[in-house]
Amino acid sequence: MTCLPELVPGQKKLGLVIDLDTCVGCQSCATNCKEWNTSGMSAPLPDFNAYSAGAEGVWFNRVHSYEAGEGAAGKTVHFPRSCLHCENAACVTVCPTGASYKRAEDGIVLVDADKCIGCQLCAWACAYGAREFDEDEGVMKKCTLCVDRIYNENIPEAQRQPACVNSCPTGARHFGDLGDPDSKVSQLVAARGGFELMPEMDYKPVNRYLPPRAHVVPEQGKPVEDAPTPMDIKSSLLRFMDKVLTR
Amino acid sequence: MKPAGSIVFFTVASGAGYGLLFWLGLLGAGGLIGGDGLFVLTVIGLALVLITAGLCSSLLHLGNASRAWRALSQWRSSWLSREGVAAILTYIPAIGSALCVLTGAYGWAVLLALVAALCSLATVYCTSMIYASLKPIKEWAHPLVPAGYVILSLFSGAALLATLMALAGEDPSVPALQALVFGGLGAGLKWQYWRSIDTARPLATLGTATGLGRIGTTRPLDPPHTQSNYIMREMGFRVARKHALSLRRITLWAGLALPALLAALSLVIAGPLAALLLLVATLLALAGLLLERWLMFAEATHTVTLFYRGT
Repeated sequence: MTCLPELVPGQKKLGLVIDLDTCVGCQSCATNCKEWNTSGMSAPLPDFNAYSAGAEGVWFNRVHSYEAGEGAAGKTVHFPRSCLHCENAACVTVCPTGASYKRAEDGIVLVDADKCIGCQLCAWACAYGAREFDEDEGVMKKCTLCVDRIYNENIPEAQRQPACVNSCPTGARHFGDLGDPDSKVSQLVAARGGFELMPEMDYKPVNRYLPPRAHVVPEQGKPVEDAPTPMDIKSSLLRFMDKVLTR
Repeated sequence: MKPAGSIVFFTVASGAGYGLLFWLGLLGAGGLIGGDGLFVLTVIGLALVLITAGLCSSLLHLGNASRAWRALSQWRSSWLSREGVAAILTYIPAIGSALCVLTGAYGWAVLLALVAALCSLATVYCTSMIYASLKPIKEWAHPLVPAGYVILSLFSGAALLATLMALAGEDPSVPALQALVFGGLGAGLKWQYWRSIDTARPLATLGTATGLGRIGTTRPLDPPHTQSNYIMREMGFRVARKHALSLRRITLWAGLALPALLAALSLVIAGPLAALLLLVATLLALAGLLLERWLMFAEATHTVTLFYRGT
């Protein structure tokens, strides 16, 4: 069914919160995503010309880098882009076959590869470029929010979160229920002023991004390192006097 | 957006076929189509050949064409599904009308042809709404897009019917007049549409797409990958601006205005010359519409390019 599920009170909305302040653009989320998902429920994620010029492939996560602002207030920001599991997911409603669907129980947007006819209309309908076409199988593929990890009782409980979250070395990625205002991720979004991407599309994305923190401008005046440290005083007598007088 | 040849051909060929069915039904109900059964059968046959060729071509766009039947299931939410349902429903009254002509039940034939005309109109409207409902593409989610698809389908259908009537030795003046009217309307609409998309405000900026606009002007620094990918090939298609302008002119003058003018000329010239004029007008119109549909894709921009190019 490609109609969107009715929202119920306390609707579970699983999603990601991505901290643009701490993301270092290391690509580990993208790499671990590719590694897990190429053998997960949407397997394989094919590559084309993998060992020659023009190598490309299907990835669910792409890490861009941007510059924002000018001068001292300017920032270099690394920006991971993946499916936002929108509440108002146009990629679902345009699907003619029912292959693209949004789960009522947790809001994850998935593709049933056995029903997909590869018309690619969903990729056109996504404002964020989250869907990539598998040209080998002729079906659309997308982020599954690691639905085959987060409920997987065969892996240790601590690892039951999306591969991208697991691998992030700076803890810039958080996973949880954004429909529950008391969840850790919701509290984080509230505390840091998390925002949604392209709100003017009215797709109501579930994922949130945390803005880079403001610059801490160092206090003006004499730099502290100008003062001699005890190491700069060569004579042991003078060093002793410095110690006494400093007290 | 990357022009998809199979879809360009589909909307032009099927559009002309549905336009032809529409005018046959309408003029038949008005008693303006002669009683020759063979002529009506030829018109229905040609319309169905064009429609079927277009629909088959559209299957080439699919990654899994063998599952295409599944596309008929989601008509509650999807315009593509509605289009598929409407396209198949149109066959029923169209073939029914042809059967009634064969069996001599002319009253039923006229009635069923009128039903086929309404189904044809609905199908073309559904096709147009596939594009018009895609919010991230401002050149498609435009109020003139549905009107454009319908008017241009009726234009090519009228030109085709006028040609067929002239070739059959009937008086083609009514469909020729419709070709003139809808050709003129189409030219005016496309001119207005191009003016509108050229001055339209962008849907979003890189600042709102990334949320970094709060810091200041945002610009791409490093791309996420050094080579291309599906998104960039499919959504990032760019046609050189100067070519777009000359292609627009060719579409407007050679594909719409000139055929409308030839249809007008055929109104005052009778006989075989009129048939020739109408034939040339139809061929020009179909070629012009292929160009127009190609431009519909080539000039369309998608919000995802903001992430890659910043614009």
